[in-house]
Formats: sequence, structure tokens, C-alpha cells
Amino acid sequence: MSVKLTEEMLSALPDARGHFGAFGGRFVSETLMDSLMTLEKEYLQLKQDPEFQAKFDKDLADYVGRPSPLYFAERLTRETGGAQIWLKREDLNHTGAHKVNNTIGQALLAAFLGKKRIIAETGAGQHGVATATVCARLGLECHVFMGAEDVQRQSLNVFRMKLLGAEVHAVQSGTRTLKDAMNDAMRDWVTNVDDTFYIIGTVAGPHPYPMLVRDFQSVIGREIRSQAMDKVGKLPDALVACVGGGSNAIGMFHPFLADENVELYGVEAGGLGIASGQHAAPLCAGRPGVLHGNRTYLMEDENGQIAGTHSVSAGLDYPGVGPEHAWLKDIGRANYVSVTDEEALDGFRKLTRVEGIMPALETAHAVAYGVKLAAEMDKDQMLVINISGRGDKDIHTIANLDGIEI
Amino acid sequence: MSRIEAVLKTLKGQGRKALIPYITAGDPHPDVTVELMHTLVEAGADIIELGVPFSDPMADGPVIQLACERALKHGTSLRQVLGMVKTFRETDARTPVVLMGYLNPMEAMGYEAFADAAVDSGVDGILTVDLPPEEADDVAPLFTQRKLDAIFLLAPTTTDDRIRAISEHSSGYVYYVSFKGVTGAARINVDEVASKVAHIHEMTALPVGVGFGIRDAETAAAVGRVSDGVIVGSVLVDTIARNQADTAELKRALTDLLHPMREALDSLAS
Ligand SMILES: Cc1ncc(COP(=O)(O)O)c(C=O)c1O
Repeated sequence: MSVKLTEEMLSALPDARGHFGAFGGRFVSETLMDSLMTLEKEYLQLKQDPEFQAKFDKDLADYVGRPSPLYFAERLTRETGGAQIWLKREDLNHTGAHKVNNTIGQALLAAFLGKKRIIAETGAGQHGVATATVCARLGLECHVFMGAEDVQRQSLNVFRMKLLGAEVHAVQSGTRTLKDAMNDAMRDWVTNVDDTFYIIGTVAGPHPYPMLVRDFQSVIGREIRSQAMDKVGKLPDALVACVGGGSNAIGMFHPFLADENVELYGVEAGGLGIASGQHAAPLCAGRPGVLHGNRTYLMEDENGQIAGTHSVSAGLDYPGVGPEHAWLKDIGRANYVSVTDEEALDGFRKLTRVEGIMPALETAHAVAYGVKLAAEMDKDQMLVINISGRGDKDIHTIANLDGIEI
Repeated sequence: MSRIEAVLKTLKGQGRKALIPYITAGDPHPDVTVELMHTLVEAGADIIELGVPFSDPMADGPVIQLACERALKHGTSLRQVLGMVKTFRETDARTPVVLMGYLNPMEAMGYEAFADAAVDSGVDGILTVDLPPEEADDVAPLFTQRKLDAIFLLAPTTTDDRIRAISEHSSGYVYYVSFKGVTGAARINVDEVASKVAHIHEMTALPVGVGFGIRDAETAAAVGRVSDGVIVGSVLVDTIARNQADTAELKRALTDLLHPMREALDSLAS
């Protein structure tokens, strides 16, 4: 059952405590509370500050290369035989993914707050690269925490970060993936809270992060709105994005939440299949709990211990999800679905061969589902897939799966 | 009066300071936790903080992270931890037990079911690291209705407004985190702690326990001098890690660590 959302309702969210309905909030140890409250206060002020917004917009235009194109995938549409498939080309951003929209915004915040040391967690390494990039540009000290397993499977991005001058900390604790990287980033932050700004890479974490990351990423959806009106003369019928923590998806969805005729699809990592338990799909198969500073859907065991996850894509390999998505699921505004590793790899190959666009493995999940969905839709309908990032970083993984050494 | 309040009041009357050791339940093995709790009491503990293991202990350093991993390898659940307290209570009705952990295992069990079971097991207080009072509206009343003490953290970064608000939500004692960092780091600055605790004392009548960074008789005495009690964690957990194989040896080692702290604290008695 879906609730009709109005602009007025949406502008009141999250509430003053950072809640989206039953989700979100600020569940951290006391040491961090003051910093989070200061960050919230400063951000809400800067959000209204024309100078800050102008700086942000200028960086997005001149440094990131925005607006990113909305591209009509003509051949893919013809082959699929359903709705018109359009691609939002976040892969063409500087550094190759949507992540940089957010790091530009948070680095500006850090500068306004006078913080000289930056930390970040990363899974696929795209957020780490985007953070290292803005730090290089602004001359800030940069530390990136990355699960030891992800350091292995995303070695190209590790090297990129090092070239950019960042220090990459391989995290050996727990499952040695994204969630453990986030744990260690939090531990660093609590230790160096006076001089350090934590640039969180997705719409998770304690309030105000889910709000401010959403705001910075919403440029994606705003551009789609005006590009769709320009090129097609109407809003899209469906939007599709992959969901790890959920930042590219919320950035795409948020400007459309009040448009009830626009269907929203978030695609989680189905791994080896939901039934196998080997996946990273908390919205599809998890339940509400508290992790990393917010209440959201989680993958956990019956005792509340966080479960190990599996996905072929490091950037989706996370047991939680942003609280706003948890809320959108519960009120029925967005649909959350999953595709398996296998389907995502097929999606990767299809987009590469049919359109000459090599998507990130994370993005390939959205491609796989988007094509499936388009096939069931009418020819006069319009579907947009968020191409959240490019696939260069995944070439080693694909080659390995194909048994090829490069 | 709660068991925690009573113990702290008696100590205060004697001019003595509370010794509050922390161990992680289920570490090194669920079968020995109750035995270790009794050992802590024999070595001079006034209150025990019993850690509930969690897969993602964000506020803890490597020592307690590894303790959680050992405990979870043996499947230690919150229900089992409550069972351990119940067994402990069969032979010790006097020593307060505070459960210390993260919110999610309690949420998964259900707050009401957890609060009932905690009372039934003889738990006295609950300290949830990632639950500031702002988020505790639904949870804390379940504790207070059952006379469980809700213990909250104060930190070097806590503002005066928050010190007051947090103290109002707390009962039993407040736990002052002595430095910015995770458990097990060695960053304690006794002068800073002294001035902050004195400041907290001006704002609340609750006893103030100080934890993080207390590792021997010397730091215990230095911090005990300026507070109402000391919480000792990582150094004990590290001792458990190093003596996992031999329980008798482990009990001796824990006693050898705690006993001098007890003596050092008592030598402060006026
Ligand atoms: C290209 C790309 N897409 C998607 C994601 C998933 O993150 P989110 O769900 O926050 O967009 C990542 C994360 O690393 C990524 O690199």
C-alpha cells in the first residue's frame, strides 16, 4: 500500500532527531554526539547559504563535469522490446562514479568547519578514490579504511588512492569488508574527533549523514527531471538504481518522491540467491535493527549479531542500508528487489556489448533489473537506469571469473 | 534503593572507591564466565560490568573486539549471558551486575522481553554504548519501571547541557569515558580527568565511575582519587586472551591484576 507524499511532508524529513518514520536517528557513543550535533547545525545553516551552494554547483560543473548526460539507449531498447531505456551517465563524472557528488559537498563542509584531516570508509574503492581526489585538490590529509578482502578485489582503486596521496588502511577485523571498514573509520573518528572530518560514502551512518549525503546526491534526480522534460516532454515512468548503502538510488529517487506516477525500483545484491542466505539484500530479506549509528533494515541472525554478506560487487556488500530507504519500503513508495551475481554479470556483458558502456558491477545490478522491467513495460513508456559508475575497476574480477589472467 | 545505589552508598560512607572490572561474557568460553565473575569478586570487585558480545563493537579497540569474536565463536547470545547472571546470582546475591553492550542484540530480543529477563536473572543495570538518552525514550522507561538502573556515558566532549540532561536520565552511576578514543588505548590524562569529573560532580549528585585507560594500581589510584570508582576493562580482557588455555592460571592472573588495584584504592580511604 502506497502513501501519497507531498512536498510538505518531504521537507519535514528527517525530523529534528534525524528520524525517517521509525528509522534513522543517532545511535553512537557519547564522544561523537557533540560533533554530530555541530555538524548538523552547521550544515543546516550552510544549506541556506547562497555562497556555499554556488561553490558546490560550480565544482559540480567545472570539476565533476555535470550535468551528466541522460542518454537514450536505442539499441538496448530495440533488443529488449519494451519501454524506452534511458541511462543517467554518472559513470562519466570525474573519478567514474556518482560518489564524487557527495565528496565534493562534504569536503566543502569540512573546509567551512576548518578540519584538516579527512577519513573515509570504502567498499568498491570508488568512494575512497573520490575522497582522495577532493583531498588532493584541497590539500587535506586523507585516510581511507577498506576491508582487507576489498583491498584484494579492488586493487586498482587502492593504487589510485595511493597515487592521489591517501593512506589506505586495510581492515583485518570481522568480515574484512565494508561494514568493518566503517567500524574502523568510526573508531578513528572517536579518537581524532577534534581535527578530523569523517566523509561517509553513502546515505547511512548517524544523523545528519543520511540527510546531507542525500542532499548532495539529489543533483542526479533533479537533472533527470529537467533532462526528461527537455528530451521527452514528460517525467519517466520508472527509475531503477542499485542499492548498497543507497546513495545513488536516493539521489535519483528523492526529487521524484512526490510524483506518484513515477515508479521507483531499488536493486539489492542477491548474491547466490536470496534463498541461499548468501547475499547483501537487507531490504528484501532483513529486518529492522541498529547498526552504524542508525536504525534500518539489517542482515542479522536471531540474536542480533550482524550477518556476513556476499556479493560479487564490493560496493553492495553491506548488511545495512540507508534509513530513508527503510522508510520508503515500509510506506510502500519504492520497490526493493534483488538480482543475483550471475544476472548482474549478464547485465554487465549486455550493456558493454550492446551500448559500448562498461558499467561497474554495482551498477550492473540495476542494468540487469532495468532490462527485465523494461521488457514488461509498454513501448511508449520511459525507464531510466542510473549508471552509477564505470566498470574499469572491475575488470580484474571479471577476468578472474572468466579464468583469464591479465 | 537499588543494589548498585546501596553498594556505592556504603562505599562512600566508608570513604572508599568502587572497583568495577569489565569482562566480556563468553570469553574465553561461556562455561567459565560465571567462575571468572566470582574470581573478580574475590579479588575485590564491588560491581561487575559484564560485556554482551557484539559482532560490530564500534567503540572498542582490538582487545575487546577479539574478546567479542571469541565469545561469538562459541555462540554466546544475550539470552545465554542472562543465564550466566542467573547462575552467578545463585551464590552471590550481593554484587551488582551491569550488562554493558550494544543496542542491536537487545533490540533483536525485544526490549520488553529483555527487560523482564534481566530482572528475572538478577541484573542490576544496563549500559548501552550506542544508545544516547535522545534515542532512549522507548527503552529507558522499560528499565526504570523494573528498577533496573540505566547507566549512560559522559565523555570529554560532552557539553554542560548534555551533562545535566544525561544525568537526569541516569541512575546508579554515570560512566565517564576518560579520553577520546576506543577502549584499550593508553591515552589517559589524569589531570584532565580530575577537572572534568570535579565539574560533573558539580552538576549531578550521582556517583561518577571513570573508565578507559585504567590498567594498573597506579592509574587506578590516580583516577580513584578524583572519582567515585574506576572501571577496568581491556587489561583484564587482554589477560584472559593470554591465558585462555588454563582456567586456573587465568584466575590467578586476574587476581594478581585486580588485587593491587583494590589495595591501591583502599589506601586512599580517608
Ligand atoms: C559505482 C557504484 N555504484 C553503487 C555503489 C553503492 O553505493 P550506494 O548504494 O551508496 O550508491 C557503489 C559503492 O561503492 C559504487 O561504487
